[in-house]
Amino acid sequence: MALGTTLGRVAAVKPEGARRPLVTRAALKGLALRIVPPLVVLAVFLLLWEVLCQRPGAGLPPPSRVVTEAWDIIAHPFYDNGGTDKGLFWHISASLQRVALGFTLAVIAGVMLGTLVGQSEWAMRGLDPIFQVLRTIPPLAWLPLSLAAFRDGQPSAIFVIFITSIWPIIINTAVGIRNIPQDYRNVAAVLRLNAFEFFAKVMLPSAAPYIFTGLRIGVGLSWLAIVAAEMLIGGVGIGFFIWDAWNSSHISEIIVALVYVGVIGFVLDRLVAGLGHLVTRGTATA
Amino acid sequence: MTHLSLEQVGISFTRAGRTTEVLRDVDLKIDKGEFVSLIGHSGCGKSTVLNIVAGLLKASTGGVLLDGKEVNSPGPERAVVFQNHSLLPWLTVRENVALAVDKVLRSKKSRAERREWIEHNLALVNMTHAAEKRPHEISGGMKQRVGIARALAMEPKVLLMDEPFGALDALTRAHLQDQLMEIHLRLKNTVIMITHDVDEAVLLSDRIVMMTNGPSATIGEVLSVPLARPRKRLELVEDPTYTHARAEVLEFLYARHAKPAIAA
Ligand SMILES: Nc1ncnc2c1ncn2[C@@H]1O[C@H](COP(=O)(O)OP(=O)(O)O)[C@@H](O)[C@H]1O
Ligand SMILES: [Mg+2]
Repeated sequence: MALGTTLGRVAAVKPEGARRPLVTRAALKGLALRIVPPLVVLAVFLLLWEVLCQRPGAGLPPPSRVVTEAWDIIAHPFYDNGGTDKGLFWHISASLQRVALGFTLAVIAGVMLGTLVGQSEWAMRGLDPIFQVLRTIPPLAWLPLSLAAFRDGQPSAIFVIFITSIWPIIINTAVGIRNIPQDYRNVAAVLRLNAFEFFAKVMLPSAAPYIFTGLRIGVGLSWLAIVAAEMLIGGVGIGFFIWDAWNSSHISEIIVALVYVGVIGFVLDRLVAGLGHLVTRGTATA
Repeated sequence: MTHLSLEQVGISFTRAGRTTEVLRDVDLKIDKGEFVSLIGHSGCGKSTVLNIVAGLLKASTGGVLLDGKEVNSPGPERAVVFQNHSLLPWLTVRENVALAVDKVLRSKKSRAERREWIEHNLALVNMTHAAEKRPHEISGGMKQRVGIARALAMEPKVLLMDEPFGALDALTRAHLQDQLMEIHLRLKNTVIMITHDVDEAVLLSDRIVMMTNGPSATIGEVLSVPLARPRKRLELVEDPTYTHARAEVLEFLYARHAKPAIAA
């Protein structure tokens, strides 16, 4: 079979090459090279899973049963029966809103603190060791403390997102600020840029590639943390949905939710990376 | 008549507890419109002199006066063309010049006048065609031209240039030297230029300031170049004034103040 495809390809390419440049064909080939391997691996994986979990006594349902059992939530993401009995869309959108709020606050505070740490020798000496210790605390370990402080699940979840994602933002921003070439500082000095102009016109753009690296790590951590935090605080949210499904032994629903969580985490990462690419006009390594 | 004056300028750096005196008693008076170049072996302290005039470094002793007023911080009236161009890579050529113009001439010119002034300066260095390009998309010579346009656009009293053509190939270098002479003839700026190229120094300067080797470097000799302007490089090759000046500088650099062999 391998021999057959090789021969087939040779036969197909030859007359093409003789006629016109193979622009579209090459582009298609590149696309296929990127898409086909993951699809093949996915198919093999699903097949293996199907075979292994078809056997009696298997702990997990095979993919075919996942689809039939969880068809309700797959087909109706928008239903809303009030309370926490909602479609996946509503759960995910609630989680995303928490992440958006907590992450935005972390970006603002993180970039400002990072600038301070990167710019001032004294602030770095004082704050850096503290940050290095705080950043190793697992996200969920903050939850009891924030529940005690806020006495409410919603702000506590947002705080957990904030405190989880702020460290990589601070640290990367500080590195970016410290790496601003002396030349740029000299240019700013000759022009007599004031502190605000210097921040907006030199520091931010110069440090942007580093800042966006921090943002990418931060948004990934936020998404990790929110799912876990929602399992504990309850209410509407994808984390709670998963926990609720587990309590009702709806394993198929958990699997569907996990697929959504994974895909959305991936999209968030690409979104921040794409934004970084846009903002830094391609100079970022993102 | 003195426009810019360096008075007994000295500077020492302390690094890891050890203090080295880099410059001592640098004394120099420059007239308005004069083109002065600073020549000396690398490491002697030329950039340090320029940075003190720019206000980017503070003299340990003595000081710098511009029109009788002491210089103690950087400012656009002493524009700098940096050795490695120092254009901001996230801005286009035009935006790099605009940043300077919009900041420095905000109160002097209207918005429309500033737009026009930016274009005028880009045209002055023949960079209008690449105004939308980013620094990494243009050649080294073009970057230096933009650096010069940015500095000139600040309408500086003094233009400070640190080996502006040092990293360029001979042909580009000659072309930019001609352009710089033309601009200087038209605008009559006061210029201090660092160079380690003897021909460049003689061709461009009214006076050549030759520095001794460090540490504790100072001005060894000042040579006037009484050649009429505009100067044409081809005609000068055999001009006795030119060849004499050239010989003087070479003699200073390679006979009387030859660099110790270790550093080359
Ligand atoms: N910020 C600094 N700290 C310590 N030493 C310095 C500093 N800047 C320059 N020097 C020293 O001063 C001397 C002259 O440097 P520089 O002015 O750059 O020389 P040039 O431009 O003539 O090649 C060098 O020996 C250099 O090591
Ligand atoms: Mg130098």
